Amino acid sequence: MMNPPPSTLTEAPPTISRQGAPALPRLLAGIQAHGAMTLDEHLALHGPLPLGSRGRRRHTSEHAAILLEEIERSGLLGRGGAAFPTAIKMRAVAAGRGRAIVVANGAEGEPASLKDRTLLEMLPHLVIDGGIMAAEAVGADELIVCACESAGASVESMERAIEERSRSASAAQSPKLHLTTVPGHYVAGQESALVNYLGGGEAKPTFTPPMPFEQGLARRPTLINNVETLAHIALIARHGAPWFRQLGTPTQPGSTLVTLSGPVAHPGVYEIEHGASLSSLIDAGGGTTARIRAALLGGYAGAWIGGERLRGVALSKEHLAPHGASLGAGVVLLLSEDACPVAETARVGRWLAGQSTHQCGPCVHGLDALASAIEEVAGGTAQPRASERIERLASLTTRRGACAHPDGAVKLLLSALETFESEFSDHARHGPCDACSRPSELPLPARPIAEEASRRTLLR
Amino acid sequence: MSHRVRINPIKCEAHGMCAELLPERITLDEWGYPLLDETPLHGSQVEHAIRAARACPTFALLVERERSARSGRARAPVPG
Repeated sequence: MMNPPPSTLTEAPPTISRQGAPALPRLLAGIQAHGAMTLDEHLALHGPLPLGSRGRRRHTSEHAAILLEEIERSGLLGRGGAAFPTAIKMRAVAAGRGRAIVVANGAEGEPASLKDRTLLEMLPHLVIDGGIMAAEAVGADELIVCACESAGASVESMERAIEERSRSASAAQSPKLHLTTVPGHYVAGQESALVNYLGGGEAKPTFTPPMPFEQGLARRPTLINNVETLAHIALIARHGAPWFRQLGTPTQPGSTLVTLSGPVAHPGVYEIEHGASLSSLIDAGGGTTARIRAALLGGYAGAWIGGERLRGVALSKEHLAPHGASLGAGVVLLLSEDACPVAETARVGRWLAGQSTHQCGPCVHGLDALASAIEEVAGGTAQPRASERIERLASLTTRRGACAHPDGAVKLLLSALETFESEFSDHARHGPCDACSRPSELPLPARPIAEEASRRTLLR
Repeated sequence: MSHRVRINPIKCEAHGMCAELLPERITLDEWGYPLLDETPLHGSQVEHAIRAARACPTFALLVERERSARSGRARAPVPG
């Protein structure tokens, strides 16, 4: 039995704000307990999108330049996990050869993340607005929204939103809108895997370069932005960079969506400003319902912060870097004192090995061997010098794949071995503990890698 | 202009020819996949590297010319 976080928000999400800082929520403003915000409601809340007039080439390119400038000044970093500066990516796409294309990435293969499907389901027009602005900025005439095929409600909601757009007055000014579902396995949302899948191939990473921004879908320069990144762009286009920077830290401005799960009263998606304390997030989530052993930040390519180090942790790049952690795609997962971190790590290690797309030898063999080595430690059957073996396997597995999946998996496993060092050595010596047989606290969805997943595309 | 070796890990099937033909730059891991020294090749090594690349049954070994200091190698970003 797993203990998955809830699939949707059940109540208006609480928000967190620094004393005196402009109020949150931004992205989650006006979110309803049930159902999506309609186009009319969206426009009443946020106002119209500042569009350049299409057709007048000079005007359009000036508008694009202004938009790019504004996004650059906002300091917006990508919200898919890598925190890459959005403006740099956009400029690379805009400078590419051929008509650009924009992909709104809502694949969200991270098991402990719900923010992307929440945006697609509840606030589809914010994502579409951001996609339209991004298309203007890079000179694209097409926007493809990708949703995870297992998130049915978000797919239906986005379908309705695109339908609403097609009937709206501004439809003629908009790029062509498409909606595509993508398979739910872990690496399906990786950029090259997404391009490969949208182009008719499998949702598996490809060898790069060329990178998607140079030569992506249909060999066109392809801007792939996480759906939350686009939602921020929708608001930056309306309110400007200085407004965006009123929240957050100098290196990580703005607010961000976080999926809080584990033993808290109200797990779910929260909007916080970068730099907010972990304890304020937990308070917003109604407090803990068990004693906390550690927190996993950044999901299954992230890192653990354990015990007393949790006190005083703030959620931003600069505050998390000394802990070797980052927010990644906004995952904050708490592990209770009741759980066995060794058994949990062994299960996650095996799951991560299973999420390899079986293309690159070092990933296939390395993650499998690492998972086995950790299982042996957990079961008390490890050979002497198991930790040397694990270190060697970690280095053999890192930076040798076509994508960063093995690197992220190794990072997480090493972080667990370090954070739970005493628990691991207890298991190595004495075998399984009483808590080993408890149900898994960490979500490990059974998502087999689909060879030929079903695909639905809506053309407008 | 400098050259270096690179592997396409998706194509590589661990035949091991490269390590035979370019042992000064390539060794094999415990599963038979190549471990590369990717620093620039010395003059005479370039020819050996090209020979090794041609001998690879899956054409997974690449000899790349460094375009500029800036171009670097782009890696696929983290999933998500």
